[in-house]
Amino acid sequence: MSGDLRLTNVTKSFGPFTAVDDLTLTVPQGAFFALLGASGCGKTTTLRMVAGLEEPSAGQVTLGGTDITRLRPYQRPVNTVFQSYALFPHLSITENVAFGLRRKGVKNVAPQVEQMLSLVQLDDFGGRRPHQLSGGQQQRVALARALINHPQVLLLDEPLGALDLKLRRQMQIELKRIQTEVGITFVHVTHDQEEAMTMADTVAVMNDGRIEQLGAPAEIYEFPATPFVANFLGQSNLLAGTGGLARSGDDLSITAHGSRFTVPAARSRATGDKIYLGVRPEKLHLVTSEADVPSGFQHLTGTVTDSSYVGVSTQYLVRTAWDTELSVFAPNSGLGGSLPPGAEVTVAWNPAHAFLLDRLDGAGDATHALVEERA
Amino acid sequence: MRRHWVLVTGLLVLLYLFLPIFVVAALSFNEPSSRLSYDFHRFTLDNWANPCGPGDMCDAVGRSIEIALLATLIATVLGTLMAFALARHRFRGRDATNLLIFMPMATPEVVMGSSLLALFVAGGVSLGFWTVVVAHVMFCVSFVVVTVKARLAGLDPRLEEAAMDLYAGEWQTFYRITLPLVAPGIVAAALLSFSLSFDDFIITNFNSGTTVTFPMYVWGAAQRGIPPQVNVIGTAMFLIAVLIVVAGEIINRRRAA
Ligand SMILES: Nc1ncnc2c1ncn2[C@@H]1O[C@H](COP(=O)(O)OP(=O)(O)O)[C@@H](O)[C@H]1O
Ligand SMILES: [Mg+2]
Repeated sequence: MSGDLRLTNVTKSFGPFTAVDDLTLTVPQGAFFALLGASGCGKTTTLRMVAGLEEPSAGQVTLGGTDITRLRPYQRPVNTVFQSYALFPHLSITENVAFGLRRKGVKNVAPQVEQMLSLVQLDDFGGRRPHQLSGGQQQRVALARALINHPQVLLLDEPLGALDLKLRRQMQIELKRIQTEVGITFVHVTHDQEEAMTMADTVAVMNDGRIEQLGAPAEIYEFPATPFVANFLGQSNLLAGTGGLARSGDDLSITAHGSRFTVPAARSRATGDKIYLGVRPEKLHLVTSEADVPSGFQHLTGTVTDSSYVGVSTQYLVRTAWDTELSVFAPNSGLGGSLPPGAEVTVAWNPAHAFLLDRLDGAGDATHALVEERA
Repeated sequence: MRRHWVLVTGLLVLLYLFLPIFVVAALSFNEPSSRLSYDFHRFTLDNWANPCGPGDMCDAVGRSIEIALLATLIATVLGTLMAFALARHRFRGRDATNLLIFMPMATPEVVMGSSLLALFVAGGVSLGFWTVVVAHVMFCVSFVVVTVKARLAGLDPRLEEAAMDLYAGEWQTFYRITLPLVAPGIVAAALLSFSLSFDDFIITNFNSGTTVTFPMYVWGAAQRGIPPQVNVIGTAMFLIAVLIVVAGEIINRRRAA
């Protein structure tokens, strides 16, 4: 549409190393778009190509239909909030914020600077130098310095990465509020899945220079497209299926570890016959006997090996007959009692909450986060 | 107890460093008993009231200042440009240049001075004011390059990228962001050049012909007894240097505040 940002087959190589690999994506005008991925997967490089700080080795970047691939950074209606803020240390906060307007030849910058500083709640800080502000305040100056130019697209490179957890949550809400207020397209890079999900309308999960999945947060979470996504965005229990799929009406059935499980056909992304059956830990319910399994639910049996109480829920590990440990999150709603390690349990789930994915040949069950360290 | 020793040691080191300067300052108020005597004879303000007393001395001082200013200007401009080229651009011979730039600093001055003399003589250049300037530029450039390059290396490239991202073209980015941030390095380099040039004796002595600089004047005068006014010039130079350092510190504090 009119102001969409579009990357078409964009590749960036540094010597023999490919940082961004044939990336194609569209960011609709006015969207809050999150680029989520582990450190080193090419997020910053992607942003830099949009900002004009890095030239793509191949492919095209367009903004509102105009090709901007070869434009210099100062020729693009795009501004960046850098990972390290990059505030000018020799200029006051006011001059930092006014910098873009002055370069564009705006004569009277004072009213706009004042308005912008009050938007980020730094009204009385204009006369200070960057190093006299705290991390959170510097972050807001960086945001004000970019926003004041009313760019068509604002690029944010892990802007909250250096803040402590409490301030981070506060700034997430703040950022979201400002984005709604100004209506500018935000492309927000982060390695924090919770941040991406709470803030963005659309999340693109990146891995190794490629987009693994793109969609609304709930859509990606409820129906991940790849094993990587299933375990990067939250956790999943992935059971390796044997043999192919059998179809009966609207359902597919798959054999895993000797039992048959069914999944609605609409919940399958499997294309071959190497398949994973996936269920999120909170979609699994623990009951004491097979008689208690709700009708229409699938189930299997196991033994509780570990439990950890985390306040809102209790996280159990349940060992199956074939020695795979499933994660189960049980809400601490006061309805069920807690289960001691060693208890024999039945694990049940609604087939509509399961999903089928392609599995790499030879890959076994995957039942905990593939990416343990996200930082 | 340990803090005590640190303090005492520090004071002793400072005393060691500043004792010669105290002597020079004291002697600038001395009225020597004879030309060749260096002991404190009688307090006087005559030397300060009449610093240009001994013939030719002030001429030599003026010439040294002139040479130092010229050499500083040329070396600072050339050296800064070189530092930018070395820090920012990849070109053939960059590593070799990086190495060669240290040569004038590492080579003994006697060797530099004499080989430069050989070059001038072979080239039929007559020795004098300008050969001294050329010689001084040569060794000052190295110090400028090293100082400015260090400052550039500490400059976060994101700052320049941020400026460009905020609609500053290459030239605007250079003089609004890069130059102000590198300026302290350039100023330091210029001050260093000035003082290196002002007090150089060995290289100057080889290449000056009949031109007499202040260090050469002092050297010559030492044979016949150094006039006490030399101490006046020495003390004045020291005070100016202190003043510049203090001013620099104040400006730094202001910038930081
Ligand atoms: N200028 C560069 N030269 C060489 N390799 C680079 C350069 N910039 C980034 N890379 C490499 O590209 C990969 C992706 O980097 P980056 O986009 O910064 O990742 P992210 O922001 O997702 O952490 C990394 O492996 C990094 O080492
Ligand atoms: Mg990054």
